[in-house]
Amino acid sequence: MECGIFKTTYRADMALLRTPLMRARIGLVLLLAVAFPLVADRYLLNLAVLIGVTIIGAVGLNILTGFTGQISLGHGAFVGVGAYTSAVLTTRYQLAFWLALPVAGLVAAAVGSIFGIPSLRLKGLYLAIATLAAQVIIEWVMYHWTAVTRGSQGINAIPPPVLGPITFNTPRSYYYLTLVTVGIAVLCTANLFRTRLGRAFIAIRDQDVAAGVLGVHRFRTKMLAFALASFYAGVAGSLWAHYLTIITPEHFGLGLSVEYLAMIIIGGLGSVTGAVLGALFLGLLPIVLRNLFDLLDPVFPGIETLAAAIRELLFGLIVILFLLLEPEGLAKMWRDVKEYFRLWPFAY
Amino acid sequence: MVFFSQLVINGLVVGSIYALAALGFVLIYKASEVLNLAQGQLVMVGAYVAFAFAVTARAPLWLAIPLALLVCGALALAIERLFLRPLIGKPIIAIIMVTIGLSSVLKGGAQIIWGVDTRLFPPLFSSAPVQLGPVPVAPVYLWSLALAVVLVAAFSIFFKYSRPGIAMRAVGEDQQAALSLGISVRWVFAVAWVIAAVIAALGGIMLGQINGINPSLALIGLRVLPVVILGGLDSVGGAIVGGLTIGVLENLSAGYLDPLVGGGVKEVAPFAVLVLILMVRPQGLFGKEVIERV
Repeated sequence: MECGIFKTTYRADMALLRTPLMRARIGLVLLLAVAFPLVADRYLLNLAVLIGVTIIGAVGLNILTGFTGQISLGHGAFVGVGAYTSAVLTTRYQLAFWLALPVAGLVAAAVGSIFGIPSLRLKGLYLAIATLAAQVIIEWVMYHWTAVTRGSQGINAIPPPVLGPITFNTPRSYYYLTLVTVGIAVLCTANLFRTRLGRAFIAIRDQDVAAGVLGVHRFRTKMLAFALASFYAGVAGSLWAHYLTIITPEHFGLGLSVEYLAMIIIGGLGSVTGAVLGALFLGLLPIVLRNLFDLLDPVFPGIETLAAAIRELLFGLIVILFLLLEPEGLAKMWRDVKEYFRLWPFAY
Repeated sequence: MVFFSQLVINGLVVGSIYALAALGFVLIYKASEVLNLAQGQLVMVGAYVAFAFAVTARAPLWLAIPLALLVCGALALAIERLFLRPLIGKPIIAIIMVTIGLSSVLKGGAQIIWGVDTRLFPPLFSSAPVQLGPVPVAPVYLWSLALAVVLVAAFSIFFKYSRPGIAMRAVGEDQQAALSLGISVRWVFAVAWVIAAVIAALGGIMLGQINGINPSLALIGLRVLPVVILGGLDSVGGAIVGGLTIGVLENLSAGYLDPLVGGGVKEVAPFAVLVLILMVRPQGLFGKEVIERV
């Protein structure tokens, strides 16, 4: 609680942005995000687009895993379902991107709910394995249903989105498209947890038998969580596909699912800010590593050749260290910083 | 009929390797309810360590293999102490993710040390195939089947009659009750990890005999998941039954369905079965059913 802020209506108490400071922070972030392309070069913008796409996927996974407590090791495959749906619809049936995007989300949501059915009976470990099976099966379909997916060749020449006179085919224009989508996704998610459904998700996570007793329809709620998370994944996949313009099954392997899980763990489970921070953290890691390698190259010649292995090692180490030292992730660290400065310099 | 029996025998042969790998999963799960998703990476590291002793250090095989098992055991002890013990009692996602993180660390570490090229381990068995009915089978498969059977028998006896075995079962059943009876839960966890790593290393040495040693050895960790689920996550005997069943199923489905759908059925059929098992009988064939209370 901030000093000196009194809420006199329920409306004010339920608001998304409750304090002037919060409004100022969000405003600042928005301003920086909009102004970013004015200072950034092509490389940074490219990275920003990819991070934006992952933020959408990570926010979706956090609804399922962080808020509803259902572990999913198949999120990467659902991103792939969205990407392929969108790619096939636009290349083969010449559908406009603006239609293909929501359809990709819906198809991913449908596939996600099918693989969510076992969640009726399975929990924790067993559910994780069931979703892992989903990942393997969907990946297999991408490789072997060649009539639609063209197998390991993948689909190329996916058209960029066109809106009137604007074609979104540069990192700069695509950045704004991604930014708007991320904004909508984050806003919807933040609002979701002020609704009955969002509260039901949290109740299921905390104690699902008890939630059932309190009148939450467990099966329907879990399925909705799977569908919603997969919808976000599908949208992320569609955006990704139209940015890359070429997709292959390799993009959507188990590694991607694991990365998404790592993001929400590093960022903080059950926190929208956390998902965003986690995606940023893992997205920026390659830049940090690249600079580090450039720095170390004179001392250890040939370190570049080990880059992939070192990245893998560090990725695992970071996940483990977060789990051991700060299980609530970056979101908690950020909260701690805010707490510290709230009364600063007059703590105590 | 020859085709059929060929598929079945090939399946049994591959299944014996699965059974060996599945045993490590089951042991850790039975004692500590941790599903070690880094088991495949332990298999790979075991093979590499044996390679380091036998080829790089040129130790004779009778010395190199025990030394490799020792090193892997020590590694597992360190892993358990540093990464798993602090997470006792934490939510299941933390435990799943820590083993996934561990698999990344092991994979990256092995790649930094040994690279990605396939290394060859000196052959332990003669390469002349043995005729099993109509099918020629490489001796290494028969040896791994024998090894799996011996290990399963040994662990069944270990869990049934020996003091540490009973202690491990007690911990798997109820940690609080086991603690109150004077069983050191930490010790049990450590022992389970060491045994699982040693079995993984043995599996790695066997697998290395077949295809050579390279990072893709770790894929066995994923491939045996259907095996442990089918057999039951906490059933030692289930590992061998599940391993052989999945091995046969893989080969039969590939043999009869591949011509229809154009290949690759082998990789996906076990996972399709896995989903079915999870829907119908999540505890597997021989696993313990869990009743949930609030």
